[in-house]
Amino acid sequence: MAQSLLKAEHVKISFGSVHALRDVSLEIAPGEIHCLAGENGCGKSTIIKIISGVYQRDGGTIEFDGKKLDRITPIDSINMGIQVIYQDFSLFPNLTVAENLALNTEVASGKKLVSWKNVRKIAEDAVSKINFDVDLDARVSTLTVAQKQMVAISRALMFNARLIIMDEPTTALTRKEVDALFEIILKLKAQGIAILFISHKLNEVFEISDRFTIFRNGEMVATGLTSELDDRKFTYYMTGREFADQTFVPAKLSKEPVFELKDASLDGAFENINLALRGGEILGITGLLDSGRTQLGLSMFGIMQLTSGKILRNGKEVSITNPRDAIANKIGYVPEDRLSEGLFLQRSIGDNIIISEIDKLTNGIRYDLKKRDAEIARWVKELEIKTNNPENPATTLSGGNQQRIVLAKWLACDLDVLILNGPTVGVDIGSKHDIHAILQKLAGSGLGVIIISDDLPEIIQNCSRIVVIREGKLVAEYDTQNVTEQMILDSMM
Amino acid sequence: MNLKKIYSKNREMYRLLGIMVLWLIFMAFTQSKKFYTGANFLTMAGQFPEYGLMVIGGMLCMMTGGIDLSVVGSANMASILCALTAIRLYGAEGSMGAGGYILFFVIAVIVGLVVGTANGLLVARVKVPPILATLGINELLTGLSVVMTGGAAISKFPKEFCDAFSKNIGGLLPMRVLVFLIAAVVIWFMLERTTYGTKLRLFGTNAHVAEFSGMNTTALILKTYITSGICASIGGLMMLSSYASARADYGSDYTMKAILIMVLGGVSPNGGKGKMSGVITALVLLKLIESGIRRFRSVSDYYVTLIWGAVLLLALVLDYLSTRPKKAKA
Repeated sequence: MAQSLLKAEHVKISFGSVHALRDVSLEIAPGEIHCLAGENGCGKSTIIKIISGVYQRDGGTIEFDGKKLDRITPIDSINMGIQVIYQDFSLFPNLTVAENLALNTEVASGKKLVSWKNVRKIAEDAVSKINFDVDLDARVSTLTVAQKQMVAISRALMFNARLIIMDEPTTALTRKEVDALFEIILKLKAQGIAILFISHKLNEVFEISDRFTIFRNGEMVATGLTSELDDRKFTYYMTGREFADQTFVPAKLSKEPVFELKDASLDGAFENINLALRGGEILGITGLLDSGRTQLGLSMFGIMQLTSGKILRNGKEVSITNPRDAIANKIGYVPEDRLSEGLFLQRSIGDNIIISEIDKLTNGIRYDLKKRDAEIARWVKELEIKTNNPENPATTLSGGNQQRIVLAKWLACDLDVLILNGPTVGVDIGSKHDIHAILQKLAGSGLGVIIISDDLPEIIQNCSRIVVIREGKLVAEYDTQNVTEQMILDSMM
Repeated sequence: MNLKKIYSKNREMYRLLGIMVLWLIFMAFTQSKKFYTGANFLTMAGQFPEYGLMVIGGMLCMMTGGIDLSVVGSANMASILCALTAIRLYGAEGSMGAGGYILFFVIAVIVGLVVGTANGLLVARVKVPPILATLGINELLTGLSVVMTGGAAISKFPKEFCDAFSKNIGGLLPMRVLVFLIAAVVIWFMLERTTYGTKLRLFGTNAHVAEFSGMNTTALILKTYITSGICASIGGLMMLSSYASARADYGSDYTMKAILIMVLGGVSPNGGKGKMSGVITALVLLKLIESGIRRFRSVSDYYVTLIWGAVLLLALVLDYLSTRPKKAKA
């Protein structure tokens, strides 16, 4: 390899008694796409923060462009050409695209008055570098996630970037948008800019990167050429565990459907959807981000109300106009956004588990705390939630464990139908496998499960049947025993 | 359990208790003769229930992330209605029996119920921000009260109720304090011994998640604002008994006072957090400080407000300093 752009060796850092990074090394060549992978808490974000000057390392050496660096401040890092695009993009949602792009330059120039002509010119230059077509006067809050990301990338490029670090850039993107992003990444590579791409999605690592590095528990476990990596090795490096992969086959199906939709329509979202779910089955619903799949999920749970059509439970029509109706009909819903819809983050793990069944945990008018504690202990054990005290806030847990809390909340309600929207988004690989195993076990015990997701390997592996929704209409149905990702993709687009 | 653990369990309350001890020591050195008298303590105890009731009810609204600004309006409406009803039934110079007391409480509860329902529906159904909904209702109530009384005080009505609730039980416990304690125990029970408390705190933490968890949020909001309304109206009865008259603009500084006490007592204006113990400690502390300052001839009454502001800021700064995350060692 030619001289490396960034070379970090034996980097260590600890916070109090926690060794966030024990001994990691990371080497990136100029113009290379390097993928850094690892489960949550493995130290990916920590190393980024060290490189960008947010944290100071306790030990180890870092070289950039052949120069040894003793201490990096955020300003140094930017001056050297390192740009980080965080998951939240750090944009001002209430300002326009042009203002966001020009703000840094305008502030740095020290002028007291804003020249709007100048702002526009700076912004136009910035977006033209990646041929990004956007209304510069649009407020950032009105843009899609993908567009916001493009704004962030355009902004990063304004500083003569030599290394762009992207922290899980594909998390909230649809497949089409991911493709567009990859195209831009390749274009940047052609300009000689190195990209450090943080991801834990296997297929993306293979698709885009030249080389990879994998961390586990603050240590570097593997680094090398992506071409020498395969699925099995990747998962093993990430988790230190081996997993069998096989498609879910329902053990026993109920004769009659437990849940049906008849000609269900919601204005502006979907129309004439017919679905039938049998007990013991896992049904996958997939489609692009704006296909109406989320609205469909929300309508089945009563957050949104169907404009026409019927919902049937065990063959009988039921009226579901709010979540309480859904729960009364033994339907639960694990929402798409765990952080804003699924969990009371600052509250205890225990309260999060029992909130939906709380009215049953009473003794007369009194809240029966003994019953509550017993119920919490039961679910913490059943779903192997890793905590030593369920009274700790939910924020203390990792994404995978948080998702288990949401699952526990619904299982505690003794359901017949469980709808999950993106059940493993932002969950590390180990927990993802565990959550899949839990879902398969639940289906095995007779629960009807619906998974709404655009993670195709996930639904192919875990569902017995998949339906595809496109522009609000059901367009295809597959048996997962003989379907390929390409077939599903073709009907999605 | 070590001391640190006990302290961290109810930080707000212990901090206030600390300030209280310092203040009591200060008063012991400077004004012990005037301050440490039975009569002074009885006077203090007799005064705080009227806004104390507004505090313990309004605290529930604040725990949802909302606020109830209609407490004073409800209180005056209740006391005016009671006075007018008594005049109508018994005559301005007449006398009323124990049945009249019950009638007063029934009127207060009805006023609280109506006001609370209106507030609750505006907040939960029409989605008006609580600060505006309750402010609007408060103006409406005050306006109605002015119209009903012509803006003047009603002081000619049967006074048996006022006399009865100005007495001290056994010479030690003012009746008004008893009423306050009963209300406080009821609300404490709701918060800590029924599912309402958990739901309220969770809803206050994140209303959106509460919706997704199948919580009946409309019912919860209604219950909360109705409880606050009833507490405030009973607070109005306490004002009636203490002033022996009813007027549309009594207690106009109680709203601010009540909010100050809630925040000082550890109720988070963002919702989700609050304890009865903290709020009651704050209530007592403020009364002690207020009454203590009045013992100094040279200090004008106006300074009381100034000192309250200082105490509030001090408590908030202490809270910030003790709860902010420790910076990672570089």
